[in-house]
Amino acid sequence: MEGRATRAVLVAWVIGVLVFLFLPIATIVIFAFDRSNVQSWPIQHFTTHWFSVAWDDPAVRSALWLSVKAGIAATCLALVLGSAAAFGVHRFRFFGREAVSLFLVLPIALPGIITGLALRSFFTFGGINLSIVTIIIGHTTFCIVVIYNNVVARLRRTSGSLGEASMDLGAHGLQTFRYVTLPTIATALVSGALLAFALSFDEVIVTTFTAGAQSTLPIWIFGAIRLGQQLPEVNVVVTAVLVLTLIPVALATKLTGGGGLTRSTVE
Amino acid sequence: MARVSAALWRRAWLRAALTLSPPLAWFLVIYLASLVVMLVTAFWTVNPFTNNLQHQFSLTNFAALFDAPIPAIIGRTVLIAALVTLADIILALPFAYFMARVATHRVRNALFVAVLLPLWASYLARVYAWIVILTKDGTLDWTTQHLGLGSPNIAYSNLAMGIVFAYIWLPFMILPIYGALERIPDSFIEASADLGARNPMTLRSVVLPLALPGVVAGSIFTFSLTLGDFITPLLIGSGSGTNLIGNVIYDNIGLANNLPFAAALACVPIAIMIVYLLGARALGAFEAM
Repeated sequence: MEGRATRAVLVAWVIGVLVFLFLPIATIVIFAFDRSNVQSWPIQHFTTHWFSVAWDDPAVRSALWLSVKAGIAATCLALVLGSAAAFGVHRFRFFGREAVSLFLVLPIALPGIITGLALRSFFTFGGINLSIVTIIIGHTTFCIVVIYNNVVARLRRTSGSLGEASMDLGAHGLQTFRYVTLPTIATALVSGALLAFALSFDEVIVTTFTAGAQSTLPIWIFGAIRLGQQLPEVNVVVTAVLVLTLIPVALATKLTGGGGLTRSTVE
Repeated sequence: MARVSAALWRRAWLRAALTLSPPLAWFLVIYLASLVVMLVTAFWTVNPFTNNLQHQFSLTNFAALFDAPIPAIIGRTVLIAALVTLADIILALPFAYFMARVATHRVRNALFVAVLLPLWASYLARVYAWIVILTKDGTLDWTTQHLGLGSPNIAYSNLAMGIVFAYIWLPFMILPIYGALERIPDSFIEASADLGARNPMTLRSVVLPLALPGVVAGSIFTFSLTLGDFITPLLIGSGSGTNLIGNVIYDNIGLANNLPFAAALACVPIAIMIVYLLGARALGAFEAM
């Protein structure tokens, strides 16, 4: 229904928004290769020097290691709990079924600070010391919904008669799960796990409330930016985190066509 | 094995209970319990001498919400959330319209990925990028100086904070609007034209009303995310002049060490979001989703 002029305006608008979305990301990647330790534009000399400085920095290393451990643990827990929830909600009709799916999305539908503060109050009340365990508990809570969304979306598109056929042909529950159910949801699980890891690896708000003295990588970045020190290292670390969050998302898009990636809580 | 599996097959409730109880237990024991503890904590106080929590019912924290500067901070937070939402709607509508109704299949898929990538890309990296851009002698200053426009120097202000919020939440607005627009059948547009409506009229009375549920869904994100943020104000705001609700909550679990007051203040964004969601439902936005 658009005239030629309208179309031109729309195309210009789209290009403008794309520049707005990607120019800042490109800027930060370019600064990671800036040799100067005082940031200024335009960049005079390029180097990969700061990558090795950041890699050799013990604070960065231990933060990275903690983030990786917490991310993997939270992803594994969320995989089990999120796919169990997805199976339960998809297969069975029971009282309160709608409430369950609404309940699962609450940790990301409510502002992160609410989830963080609630967990913090809980840990304080229970006399639980803040540690990597409390970080993992927090991350798992908001990662569950990512897995749940991915698996539920896949289950809705596959027919339940496949599993019944397998049972009719004499396979028991475990065999059906291994040879029929698992292959149909495998890519949804992988894509959900990648996204959950990306979400956990970058999370800062809930983590601020659930981490004690130890720093995850985002907490280290947050602290370093606030202090305004080690900015060349921040450039490098931030770029690495950017890439590490983008790779899983790009892979997940390939695996699922983008179905479960909208982060949408309203279905 | 076969017997167990057959027994499970006959008793659907048993299978349902076995699959659903671990995730539900996690949510009840950890998440729901946490929310309840937080709400209860809001009625407790901190002993000023021992710094211990006093488990006695009191409305002190809720009364303190009306003391300066809290009302002003709540007002600023809501205003910024509203302006950010408005900016994102304006940026997103034409983009989503192009994606859903103009672009070819290939271009649409490419744009979809182009929106998804920044949605998932590191939050801190994207906030930090804006510091590098907006700061004095940053890339924006350099560009405007070379264009002879002087130096805008807008880092560390409410404006900078608004720009960064609008930037970070934009994908959350584009995707639901795109979803709503994509679902409009072509025949609706044709029918409107057949009935004599010109394009602006069709846009106003067919396309925009049908896009509204998407706009409302997107605004739930932009609003809720701004209400709870404290990182962006701390990094690109100017200090106490740009404090949001989130900053006061954050200060009270750290420096001020008043968990009960933080909990009481956290009820404010929850209450605002409940009113917002009820309003969205009254507008009939949910039925159309």
